[in-house]
Amino acid sequence: MIQEIIMPAAVVGGLGIIFGVGLAYASKKFEVKVDETVARIREVLPGANCGACGQAGCDEFAESVAAGNCKVNGCPVGGQEVADKIAEILGVEAEEVSPQTARVMCRGSRTVSRTKFEYNGIEDCAAAAGLYGGPNACTYGCVGMGNCVRACAFDAIVIVNGLAWVAESRCTACGKCVAACPKKIIKLVPKSSQYSVTCSSLDRGNITRKNCDVGCIGCGRCVKVCPKSAITLENNLARIDPYKCENCGECIKVCPTNAISWIRCEDAVANVL
Amino acid sequence: MTGNAVREMIVIIMGAILVENFVLTKFLGICPFLGVSKKLSTSLGMGGAVIFVMTIASAATWVVNKFLLVRFGLEYLQTVAFILVIASLVQFVETVLKKVIPPLYKALGIYLPLITTNCAVLGVALLNIQLEYNLAKSTVYGFGAGVGFTLAMILFSGVRERIELCDIPESLKGLPITLIAAALVSVSFFGFQGLFQ
Repeated sequence: MIQEIIMPAAVVGGLGIIFGVGLAYASKKFEVKVDETVARIREVLPGANCGACGQAGCDEFAESVAAGNCKVNGCPVGGQEVADKIAEILGVEAEEVSPQTARVMCRGSRTVSRTKFEYNGIEDCAAAAGLYGGPNACTYGCVGMGNCVRACAFDAIVIVNGLAWVAESRCTACGKCVAACPKKIIKLVPKSSQYSVTCSSLDRGNITRKNCDVGCIGCGRCVKVCPKSAITLENNLARIDPYKCENCGECIKVCPTNAISWIRCEDAVANVL
Repeated sequence: MTGNAVREMIVIIMGAILVENFVLTKFLGICPFLGVSKKLSTSLGMGGAVIFVMTIASAATWVVNKFLLVRFGLEYLQTVAFILVIASLVQFVETVLKKVIPPLYKALGIYLPLITTNCAVLGVALLNIQLEYNLAKSTVYGFGAGVGFTLAMILFSGVRERIELCDIPESLKGLPITLIAAALVSVSFFGFQGLFQ
């Protein structure tokens, strides 16, 4: 009788004790030391895990900063205040935060780009893009249904003639529009950067030219002319590295399709509003 | 292994994936199925973790059952003992992965603790005993069940991404339409019934 109670209790209890001891041993043996500075940096970050820094979240950012892979001022949401705190923790001088802005890397408005078909569905970029890549002939371009406008909490985006424009003076670089855009053509760039290749087409040059008057055809002239080697050509698309660019404007003079735009902070919006 | 044994293994795997899909036919593991299937990337991560845990859990529980429970005539303790084994095993694997293979830990990390007490994992352990599988067959069955779970998750995440964009009647928005969709996907899986005999 007593045997029937003791045996199961002993077996299950024994299993539990063995596993418990094993786990305790394993957690000591395989202990991963958490860097204290990482934890302290993580504490001063906003903690919204928005991803505006380019990392997967605040934890990742804290790790990258501690490892030196990210700049102290890499958090656009926290701004100068957070940058100062992180700098204090790491014992380095805080660099000045360069304010960022969202920028639509497409200038294919209805007037300069072609369409494939007439779209009569619901007004939603993702829905339109889900239908054969959207009504635009260029599958990389702005769909113009305003998902970014609805995502923006600061009224900084307008749709004009089927194309989204960011009012860079109002933009806080929160990155909501970047996430909302199904075509991934909105990028965060420093406000100081005045030149951008405002095209996202990875098609070959002849196809891009057919679809749109202001697309980058990947000719590479800007790459050659750039004195700072800030421009790279990849997959038929030129990209200006805003951190290397010194706003000399040589590239815009040689671009055959006007795919490079000169954007001074206020101008882009002043033109449209 | 002889050709016969290989064929048997293939039948077990395919059966676990299609005919007796854990989620869509046996209705086990519905919680993560509905909870984590919103996006393709998360369902892939969850699926990977489930395959991993089910495979090792099948092997571990089989050993515990054979050499501990059966020997002492304590088969009625299976549920309790298996939960104990699975939970500690997952915890142990998580600790080891964190140290030894950090990239894999990052990929599976947040999903591993979610499956510790998942009924699909416990289900596969108990079914192995019911079906009187040996160690190799149990492990293979666990692996197949995990793949089936992942397949269901991936299929359903596609369905859900479509539902997000649809115009759904107010009263059905959210979970109700998700359950209806899950039922339809499940019905389609009944088409595989009797595929391997």
